[in-house]
Amino acid sequence: MKIATAAEHYAGMKAKAEQKINSLQEKTLIRVGAATCGLAAGAQKVKDTFVEEIKHKGLDAEIIEVGCMGHCYAEPMAIISKPGFPALCYGHMDEGLAKLLVEEFLGNDDPCYEYALVALEPNDIFPTFSDFPRDAYEKKIILEHCGFIDPEDIDHYLAREGYASLVKTLQMKPEEIISAMVDSGLRGRGGAGFPVGKKWTICRNTPSEIKYIICNADEGDPGAFMDRSVLESNPHQVIEGMLICAYAVGATKGYIYVRNEYPLAVQRVKTAIEQARKKGLLGSAILDSTFSFDLEVFEGSGAFVCGEESALINSMEGKMGVPQARPPYMAVSGFWGRPTVLNNVKTFAYVTAIIKKGAGWFREIGTEATPGTAVFTLVGKVANTGLVEVPMGTTLRQLVFDIGEGIPNDKEFKAVQIGGPSGGCLPEETLDIPIDFDSLEKAGAIMGSGGLVVLDEDDCMVAIARYFLEFTQQESCGKCTFCRLGTKHMLDILTRITQGKGSLADLDILQELAEDIKMGSLCNLGKTAPNPILTTLRYFRDEYEAHILEGRCPARMCKDLILYYIVPEKCTKLCNVCVGSCPVEAIYTREDGLKAIDQEKCVKCDNCLKTCPPEHNAVIKLSPPVLPEE
Amino acid sequence: MGKKITLTIDDRQITASAGEKLLWVALENEIYIPHLCAIKEETRPAASCRLCFVEVEGLSRPVTACTQAVYEGMVVKTRSPRVDRLVKTAFELLLSDHRLECNKCPKNRACELQKIAKERKLKLRLTRLQPLEKEVTVDDSMGSFIFDPSLCVLCGRCVWVDQQEVKVGAIGFSRRGLQRKVTTIGDIPLAESPCTGCGRCVEVCPVGALSFTNQAKPEGVAVNS
Repeated sequence: MKIATAAEHYAGMKAKAEQKINSLQEKTLIRVGAATCGLAAGAQKVKDTFVEEIKHKGLDAEIIEVGCMGHCYAEPMAIISKPGFPALCYGHMDEGLAKLLVEEFLGNDDPCYEYALVALEPNDIFPTFSDFPRDAYEKKIILEHCGFIDPEDIDHYLAREGYASLVKTLQMKPEEIISAMVDSGLRGRGGAGFPVGKKWTICRNTPSEIKYIICNADEGDPGAFMDRSVLESNPHQVIEGMLICAYAVGATKGYIYVRNEYPLAVQRVKTAIEQARKKGLLGSAILDSTFSFDLEVFEGSGAFVCGEESALINSMEGKMGVPQARPPYMAVSGFWGRPTVLNNVKTFAYVTAIIKKGAGWFREIGTEATPGTAVFTLVGKVANTGLVEVPMGTTLRQLVFDIGEGIPNDKEFKAVQIGGPSGGCLPEETLDIPIDFDSLEKAGAIMGSGGLVVLDEDDCMVAIARYFLEFTQQESCGKCTFCRLGTKHMLDILTRITQGKGSLADLDILQELAEDIKMGSLCNLGKTAPNPILTTLRYFRDEYEAHILEGRCPARMCKDLILYYIVPEKCTKLCNVCVGSCPVEAIYTREDGLKAIDQEKCVKCDNCLKTCPPEHNAVIKLSPPVLPEE
Repeated sequence: MGKKITLTIDDRQITASAGEKLLWVALENEIYIPHLCAIKEETRPAASCRLCFVEVEGLSRPVTACTQAVYEGMVVKTRSPRVDRLVKTAFELLLSDHRLECNKCPKNRACELQKIAKERKLKLRLTRLQPLEKEVTVDDSMGSFIFDPSLCVLCGRCVWVDQQEVKVGAIGFSRRGLQRKVTTIGDIPLAESPCTGCGRCVEVCPVGALSFTNQAKPEGVAVNS
């Protein structure tokens, strides 16, 4: 009886939403990409310009904010759907382009194809996403609606069959949901890849009157923003996944733990929760069923270690955010000592898709050991930065060279840093490894939460290792000996090497310390902190040795091991751009009119090299820092 | 406690109650395992000093004895090349952050670090690492005892007795990373804190960080216990 009510209830809700969305499409609809990436690039001004111009011209058009489509390199972006034209997406938007589009496209029916990036629907005039090389590799499950729907209006999600998985869930037994998770082979996407079905089973089988569900959105890796983007672009699919999980394990209360450095994500999630509650999709007697579950946002204060589950729970309980020894596991004794399922943002989003399309469908995607897709933030020295979703098993080479379209400025590829500060640097020869949790760990890196930084010939691997270690050392909670003190000693050794003060014995100590910290630390922050060092020692030992034995930084990045030099043969009397660019007046004019650098004064700021006109290219970096004889 | 079980530690058959933590079973049977942070009464061990590593048959990595529950048929080795290496490194790491002036230390000859060094034949000086410099303020405001953070190994025993046993709550951990320390709320001197001067924290300190001043040693308290 109840079940029919839930489905009916939902059908009515969905019909209303569809009606609303359809009416939106009757006139011109402008969707402005307004996730943090878009806003940082100037989306707010673009949106304001659209609003003003349309009002000014007295046109009839609707403007809404959407999330991130994943093409961060082209932000700000806007999609214009005008009846009679294919929906067109414009990149690199600014106020001028917004004005032009209102005038020409909205006013005069000229879509200004020269500024368009892509069409959203198949047509015979303009290319669509499927014409992009990356489309051949991408497979969007959790990013499917991101960038196309309004994250602050639940009707957009409902109209795209949102919460249909919840209705389906209510018609199933909790055990069936859990077996679907086990059968799907879904592994947690927070970094460690723990089987979701197993975690849920343990939680379900632990008797307790109160159980909790927590969504870990404490994303903290430098250069990673997948979770933020998902929450900013489509928060309801995460909420729906949490509802399904709560139903399966028997929980009535859940929290989304978002770091407060993500104000937009916090706000959008709160709005989404409120709207879901109003529709009867959260709260007591959901869709008039016997199932009750409510959600709350918990704002974390931004400590990296609080992404570790036991530290996260400590911080929620008002204690210091330090990890605890396990067992007992969270699924047995978590928040306030109650059985707690803690999964990542993306994990819950996959749950929604698995219930909708089936465990078998999910298993077909990806690899045997890790079914499904992986979401990466592709950043660093790569042409197309952005958010990509590819099936597990895609190779790093496809990610960097096909989807990312390679290294810009004719530079040579050196490494990918994968898995954030806990990950590793993988060289050219590992690029053909099909990516999944296990293959990456074997290569010395980790999947982590999906940060992928591309490095080129100008990046010094010792300096990169030092950079990531500096991060983990600062973010170490300090509880356990290995992490608190070990990371500091490793950092000191790396600093010495980048200053040219290292010895070969340092490399042995570094290797030993790194292995012991990996084996001996209390939590995964410490256990993975040595990965950048272990992988760079394994794959780029020659760079360490060059620093130590020759006082040379092969990438000419370590300031203590380089000097700036103006090649007289290339310099000209007729130019003095570099002189003006130098902040410390280290550049002087020689008697012959050419320029030279006073090495005593030079602070190695790189300005002269950047400003020297390309027809001269007279400024070079030398390592080891020895002036040539003239 | 659970039912009686039999386990083997270093080829010795030992009877214990199921669920007891391995560290205490070993220590009560006079099998030494290095340890600093472990507190028997604590149900959820801190496991922070990382010194009590042992090998348990069937487990792929060394585990900390303070967190490992014993079970029937368990086979334990307190020493192995991997365990020795971890203990050696953890010990040297602790020494690198500990002022090494044993002859001037109030706990000389009664110090747990010295005991570990003796038991495991480890050097009481740094062989691979440079000492970490840190600025500390010695708190002698109480008169009866002093707190010298440059000797503190952050085991947390003092914090535990203060909060859980005498329930005063004068001290706790604060800051993170290298700055982590035992301190009062607002870093005020102990004499201005709720500290009652009971001296329990001094008694449990395994090193010389908390020590009674000679003139004010409370009656009947054995400092070097």
